[in-house]
Amino acid sequence: MSGKQQNYRNNAGGRTVHDVGGLDFGAVDMDEHDLALWERRVDAMIVLLATDKAAFTVDGMRRVIESYGEQQYDNTTYYEKWCRALRNLLVEQDVVSQEELAQKVAEARATMRAAGRDVSDEDVPWNEGIWTGEADRT
Amino acid sequence: MSAETSRPPKFRLGDHVRVDDREPLGHCRAPHFIRGRTGTVVTIQGAFRDPERLAYHRPGLPALTLYKVRFDQCVLWPDYSGPERDRLELDIYENWLEPAPTT
Repeated sequence: MSGKQQNYRNNAGGRTVHDVGGLDFGAVDMDEHDLALWERRVDAMIVLLATDKAAFTVDGMRRVIESYGEQQYDNTTYYEKWCRALRNLLVEQDVVSQEELAQKVAEARATMRAAGRDVSDEDVPWNEGIWTGEADRT
Repeated sequence: MSAETSRPPKFRLGDHVRVDDREPLGHCRAPHFIRGRTGTVVTIQGAFRDPERLAYHRPGLPALTLYKVRFDQCVLWPDYSGPERDRLELDIYENWLEPAPTT
């Protein structure tokens, strides 16, 4: 990345990728931008699933995001991170399967293509470590 | 939180506490720059389910007391150039705190 100091941090000394307090990343970008429709939808899904439906917690979202590698963490936006974490947690909790999600994405691509939209075939890689631990422990 | 699900606070207002400097695996709620540092309890926020357990779909009980701890900025950052009176206040769960060693 141009002009950006590299700060290797992932898991060094118990410091996960998000834990950058005290490292030098230059000035904070304070620019505001309007939220896109998909970003609002991600936000809505999180509110519904983490509060109303109690499918998972915000702490779980954080855990998944913190487990990203540095490259994935640094090159994704705020709502891209939340969207990816949401996907992991829904699979962890057996709300949907990876196969069902893949099928829906294929359907959405076909619909968009039929409507003349430019559609990428690039798949967002799954985050390593879908948590399958027992849910009934403290 | 009821008495069955939480324990009485281990620390009181004004207590000097040290943040553990362990290197945990997985989700953790004490940022790296604060570990091993000593501060003062300024607020007892109440008891909350343990977020480090909730992160793994667990109940997070018994609840942990959450404290607001005040640190001197010049203690946190060796090259701190701001006024000596500058402080940082951070919410930290009890499982990260121990009594500060007496000097």
